[in-house]
Amino acid sequence: MDKFTQHTGVGVPLRRSNVDTDQIIPAVYLKRVTRSGFEDGLFSAWRNDPDFVLNDPAYAGCSVLVAGPDFGTGSSREHAVWALQNYGFKAVVSSRFADIFRGNSGKAGLLAAQVDEKVVQKLWDLLEAQPGATVTVDLESRTVRAGEGPDAIEDSFDIDDYTRWRLLEGLDDIGITLGHADDITAYEQTRPRWKPATLHA
Amino acid sequence: MGATRTARTLAEKVWDEHVVRSTEGEPDLLFIDLHLIHEVTSPQAFDGLRLAGRQVRRPDLTLATEDHNVPTVDWDKPIADPVSKTQVDTLRRNAEEFGVRLHPLGDVEQGIVHVVGPQLGLTQPGMTIVCGDSHTSTHGAFGAIAFGIGTSEVEHVLATQTLMQAKPKTMAVTISGSLPAGVTAKDMVLTLIAHTGTGGGQGYIVEYRGQAIEELSMEGRMTVCNMSIEWGAKAGLIAPDQTTFDYIEGRPEAPKGEDWDAAVAHWKTLVTDDDAEYDKEIVLDAAEMTPFVTWGTNPGQGVPLGSAVPDPASYDDESDRVAAQKALEYMGLEAGTPMREVKVDTVFVGSCTNGRIEDLRLAAEIIKGRTVDPDTRLLVVPGSVRVRLQAEQEGLDVVFKDAGAEWRGAGCSMCLGMNPDTLQPGERSASTSNRNFEGRQGKGGRTHLVSVPVAAATAVRGTLSSPADLA
Ligand code: SF4
Repeated sequence: MDKFTQHTGVGVPLRRSNVDTDQIIPAVYLKRVTRSGFEDGLFSAWRNDPDFVLNDPAYAGCSVLVAGPDFGTGSSREHAVWALQNYGFKAVVSSRFADIFRGNSGKAGLLAAQVDEKVVQKLWDLLEAQPGATVTVDLESRTVRAGEGPDAIEDSFDIDDYTRWRLLEGLDDIGITLGHADDITAYEQTRPRWKPATLHA
Repeated sequence: MGATRTARTLAEKVWDEHVVRSTEGEPDLLFIDLHLIHEVTSPQAFDGLRLAGRQVRRPDLTLATEDHNVPTVDWDKPIADPVSKTQVDTLRRNAEEFGVRLHPLGDVEQGIVHVVGPQLGLTQPGMTIVCGDSHTSTHGAFGAIAFGIGTSEVEHVLATQTLMQAKPKTMAVTISGSLPAGVTAKDMVLTLIAHTGTGGGQGYIVEYRGQAIEELSMEGRMTVCNMSIEWGAKAGLIAPDQTTFDYIEGRPEAPKGEDWDAAVAHWKTLVTDDDAEYDKEIVLDAAEMTPFVTWGTNPGQGVPLGSAVPDPASYDDESDRVAAQKALEYMGLEAGTPMREVKVDTVFVGSCTNGRIEDLRLAAEIIKGRTVDPDTRLLVVPGSVRVRLQAEQEGLDVVFKDAGAEWRGAGCSMCLGMNPDTLQPGERSASTSNRNFEGRQGKGGRTHLVSVPVAAATAVRGTLSSPADLA
């Protein structure tokens, strides 16, 4: 995984709450067996609407999504994270993420930055007033910044220490865990024999 | 959850039993007792293993089945959709290459992953169970910590049989009293979610308890735990009791003889200690519950069947108001319309929420001797092949077919509309599944989540109904 320290890119205001993973990518797009190519299904139901924000050329090349609360609820599909990444997003800013989505983002290298609801509101207002404006997410200092002058927005975001460290270092989780293989083996020896197994000798 | 507390909740006990490694400032490394796999969320995980030259650490704790993307008709023929076929074939190849037990389409143990685990007796109290599917919470009904994971985590479990997890907080949901006749576990959980909102359980492992929970069958408990994720909970579980032991005993993978005795002795310790503390508690009274249905586009947007579509203006919170407005537009509903007047095109009975034998018996009991409304389609999809065969042995399939319903093969089907079983744009369903998100059952489809009795009565009347409405 690539290291993530800071990213600056065009921000998109997605003025919706409860954006579940079926909205991010519907089930019919989940038939692929690769991790790429899911951008075609991203927000597919809304992309037909010419007024949908991603269809506005002013936000072309966007890479920071700013969404309402309860983003990524529902299905555990990591395809939702891949679809956002395949489309070009590096970070999602929201006031509340569903647990599984947040976990998946951390594993796949998409930054899920949780901010206060007021910050989302301010970012929406700014990005709508100045389409194409950039947003910076700084993982080192856990801050989100946008705009200039008196209207500039600067606030902190939440991310758990462990995920932050892994993203900053670009570390592979499995590699870390395999470093503790002895602990796993020791644990396995303590399991009671009546625990079920799927294969029988 | 303070590890220093001596009195512990059920969730804390199960968690503590699975900690492989615990270090300050890092998530716990948890051992996983059972890893369930299906065709949609596993291909990229197996690919990752191959790329890194890794093996599946414990194929003997791994079980695969085909469910999300398989047809429920012509299951004995090759899968027609080439892209779906590739996905299913990929699972078959991966299972073979890595030595994982697979129940493919056509096998007698095939079915929805959350129906298959309990039915084989693989789901037992005190376990940790994961699957690349959010409704893994279903298995919590047995007193297990069970939760959904993403594909990167699937790969992690395949390679290490562990997961890194931060210890969640614990919550108790106490449902006191008894459910009135005709009110089911599904109504209970829909009422709860409307009460908490879709984010109310976030960050918690929830323990459901109280008289009404104890009185539920295992099927009912699975329905409640299944929908834990719909209010954002990490997992939901119920303390094992005699009902649990009776359900497991004699199943193919249940412990036998002395092992059974040892297992039950341990399972009996899996209860919350009297003086243990939860981080949060919610109490609801079952006696006040009634058949409950959703009107909107998330599972928290529900009302009693006897009431009307709510007016968005009645919400104090602005984001709730906007969400309600958007939901009504999508659903094609007018505020104030009595729910009982909402006309339904398709009724779906099935899914890991309500696709077990008890659900099909209940539906058949209501349908028997009646016919499905001529403008309505009723689709009955058993959760597993075993459920289908049991139902056919009891003659339930004949009851459904005589009434004009479609009797299908096992799978997820219209729960997520990944196979050909979908709603058409604008079509409206009453569904016993768990999600009413926009487009969940097919692009433009409109879903009302309902209990099994409401689904059956709705199929007969053509509008949202309960069995009490049937003359
Ligand atoms: S029945 Fe529905 S909710 Fe259950 S596993 Fe299948 S798709 Fe998921």
